Amino acid sequence: MSYVPHTERERRDMLAAIGVDRVEDLFAAVPARVRFPELDLPPGLAELDLVREMQAQAAGNFPADPARSFLGAGVYHHFRPSTVDYVLSRGEFYTSYTQYQPEVSQGMLQALFEYQSMICRLTGMEVSSASHYNGATATAEAVLLALNAASGKRRKVVISPAVHPQYREVVKTYLGGAHAGIVVGDDDGTADVARLKALIGPDTAALVIQNPNFFGQWEPIEGLADAIHRAGGLFIVVADPISLGLFRPPGAYGVDVVAAEGQPLGIPPNFGGPHLGIFAARMAHVRRLSGHLVGETVDADGRRGYVLTLATREQHIRRAKATSNICTNSALCAVAAAVYLATMGKRGLREVAELCYHKSHYAAAEIGKLKGFAVNPQAPTQPFFKEFVVRLPGPAAEINARLREQYGIIGGYDLGGDYPHLKDHMLIAVTELNTRASIDQLAMALGKVTA
Amino acid sequence: MHDTIATVYELSAPGRAGMDLPASDVPASDLPAEEVRADCGLPELSQLDVVRHYLALSQRNFGVDSGFYPLGSCTMKFNPKVNEAIARMPGFSEAHPLQPQETVQGNLALMFELQRWLAEIGGFAGVSLQPSAGAHGEFTGLLMMRAFHRERGDIKRTRIIIPDSAHGTNPASTTMAGFTAVEVPSNGRGNIDLEAVRAACNDTLAGIMITNPNTLGLFEERIGEVVELVHACGGLVYGDGANLNAVVGIVRPGDLGFDVMHYNLHKTFSTPHGGGGPGSGPVGASARLRDFLPGPVVEMANDPNGPRYRLAMPVKSIGRVSPFCGNFGMFVRAYAYIRQHGAAGLRANSEHAVLNANYLRVKLRDAFKVPFERINMHEFVCRGAVDGAGVRALDVSKRLLDYGFHPPTNYFPLIVPEALMIEPTETESKPTLDAFVEAMTAITKEARSDPAQVKAAPHRTPVRRLDEVKAARELVLSDRAALSLGPLPGPAPQAGEGSGPGGGRRRRDE
Repeated sequence: MSYVPHTERERRDMLAAIGVDRVEDLFAAVPARVRFPELDLPPGLAELDLVREMQAQAAGNFPADPARSFLGAGVYHHFRPSTVDYVLSRGEFYTSYTQYQPEVSQGMLQALFEYQSMICRLTGMEVSSASHYNGATATAEAVLLALNAASGKRRKVVISPAVHPQYREVVKTYLGGAHAGIVVGDDDGTADVARLKALIGPDTAALVIQNPNFFGQWEPIEGLADAIHRAGGLFIVVADPISLGLFRPPGAYGVDVVAAEGQPLGIPPNFGGPHLGIFAARMAHVRRLSGHLVGETVDADGRRGYVLTLATREQHIRRAKATSNICTNSALCAVAAAVYLATMGKRGLREVAELCYHKSHYAAAEIGKLKGFAVNPQAPTQPFFKEFVVRLPGPAAEINARLREQYGIIGGYDLGGDYPHLKDHMLIAVTELNTRASIDQLAMALGKVTA
Repeated sequence: MHDTIATVYELSAPGRAGMDLPASDVPASDLPAEEVRADCGLPELSQLDVVRHYLALSQRNFGVDSGFYPLGSCTMKFNPKVNEAIARMPGFSEAHPLQPQETVQGNLALMFELQRWLAEIGGFAGVSLQPSAGAHGEFTGLLMMRAFHRERGDIKRTRIIIPDSAHGTNPASTTMAGFTAVEVPSNGRGNIDLEAVRAACNDTLAGIMITNPNTLGLFEERIGEVVELVHACGGLVYGDGANLNAVVGIVRPGDLGFDVMHYNLHKTFSTPHGGGGPGSGPVGASARLRDFLPGPVVEMANDPNGPRYRLAMPVKSIGRVSPFCGNFGMFVRAYAYIRQHGAAGLRANSEHAVLNANYLRVKLRDAFKVPFERINMHEFVCRGAVDGAGVRALDVSKRLLDYGFHPPTNYFPLIVPEALMIEPTETESKPTLDAFVEAMTAITKEARSDPAQVKAAPHRTPVRRLDEVKAARELVLSDRAALSLGPLPGPAPQAGEGSGPGGGRRRRDE
């Protein structure tokens, strides 16, 4: 037993100081009939055996070689600079708690303040939270912010069907206690936002779209901001942070709140989490924002320093009247994103976005040449970023199984489950990690396994 | 003595770069001109700039690895380094959550076992790993309670009893879930007031949220009666699992009659706090509530080739509260922790957490009064002010920083004036606890001999006390050096919009 440092003698001395004979005596307040249950758990392991067992456990998965994976749909294999894990491995950061004692937390506070600053520039927003759990819960909190801003007068939320299906599910769950309705636009796969406009009315608190949308395409957003603002609601956009290195930020087209998944910014896929919820907004909404905010100030000697601020919004002060219950967030992942953004810099992020764009277009062109395949069949002229829809000559699951078994390739996301009209369609993601050779091999393999 | 550390924007120089990317190996495609921006507004640093910057920042931060961190209610125990190495194994960290389930059987098996182990530890019929933090778990559990009552057509149950000693997340989660919080007081022994609970029990009660041991670090002596009262009027019992580290292998909340509870993997199960996250807050449920758990959860089927694992939604699920599988990276660490210790080790850890907390209480009680004094569990609350000296709990906390200790939790729970809430955890040694006692005792002497010194503390930290009022009034939430890069894109602010930092003139041509 090495986790507790006590020697037998120390234990004895401590019990004597407390005035009890045995450690069991400390638990007299626990009802005897349920005290000290026998837990049915496997026996403990030494560290050496633990590592062996965990290696075997990890090996029970098909190795995801990022160059040969074309699966995205909200989680992406991107290049991660070595600086990121170097910083994340600093015990001073990852073994610390939330910064309630700012004098000994200036490191995390400044890192988070710089994160907020970079996210504001990237999204074109004026204020960023210090992090949320992930892109889906950030989206849900953005919707709650909009309902709060409407002061109960508007109880409807219009969401594009081209917002990530799991994000929509999380929003729906969050609204379970909010006495609000959610309206998802019709979908025929063409990303027709004109139909969304028709759903906006005086009862609408928010319009939520994803841009580029779940299918990788830019939405024709002309007039959307005006439409929702005229109705008195807020415009919420789910964005891809990598795309913002090269493409127009939501701040440039009238968006009120940006929610995004920060995982592409230096965070591993981690089988779905932990990831990073990016949440940024116009300054007008700062007092309705949920989550921690870091602000700049000075210390008693006039030196610049940082603190958590506007705590009067938060649960530990406001309790039942807080803007949200959020406490633990995803701070370390925000630091990962900050280190990623600082390392990549202005030019590096732009280059990553360019590589994603050009490689995905090359892949789309190659796959488009295959017999029986069609790329973005519902919206062939709509520009796309790093993902595109492919109509297949057969069921996606069968084709993916053959790609994996015969070529070691992980194919795209099978869209039929979330979008019944997209049966036999897959969503293919291409990033800077996919080489031309791996793209050529995918196209070749797709042709062979469907021949 | 300490200089200000320049920000990444202050370090930035036009044209500097920290990372080269490979040249494109595919033909270029036309970019949609109307979508392209000129400048994404990021700073430009060399890699060495970045490394030195974050190293310098890390040296201005205090973690469990830096020293004793007796932050009450937060369970700042040692985060085993082996767990970090394990979580970085590519089979775990590189796996994509949407891979076909037959390709991620190792990960699904891990989740299945962790669900089973947590259910066993908590005494519950089922567990979902979906929630990403403790507060997220609370919200989840309350939505389940709501769904349970609604399914029975019992829609008038809108009230939730919450003791006045509860964490702030409890009432905040209650509001988010559409309920109204009803606060009940604690009695002179630090237990929830049974008569007040009885008075609040009627057919509009949805349930109670209770932390046991409570935030005074005391085991609720009449917990059985509290549960009975709530159940008898048709309510449900929610357990805030923030203090579970006191009772693993000691008592199972499910055996006490709790219906639903969250576990903080980042407290009890040793996953790091990460400076405020990411955490993980799985939820356990009794037999009558398990079908309402959020999903997907992992199920196992035995087939001739061995067990097969698959994701499934519980039949009456409230839905997803997280995308994909939740914070899997935290599951790996918690799994490794449980696997390393086994039943005997887990119980020993809780016993030592309680031993350490009682030892500190006894050693400190002469210097700092303990208002509800009896044998405590993993933490205790004392009065932190030094009478006659005008020295408050906050001053004592700040002075502790000069002695190299992280302070306890201040001013919580709210029912103890000048509260210091002290949770040493099981991984601290007797010499460390003795050194802390010595520092605390020395501070009480300083408070009497030189109160000004204590009230002006800390003196040895990179910055001294910070002006929080100025921060809240001026709201500088973004680096001014970043704003010097030019205005943010976007339309001019609408009438009535704030003009805080970055809120000046903007143009669309960035």
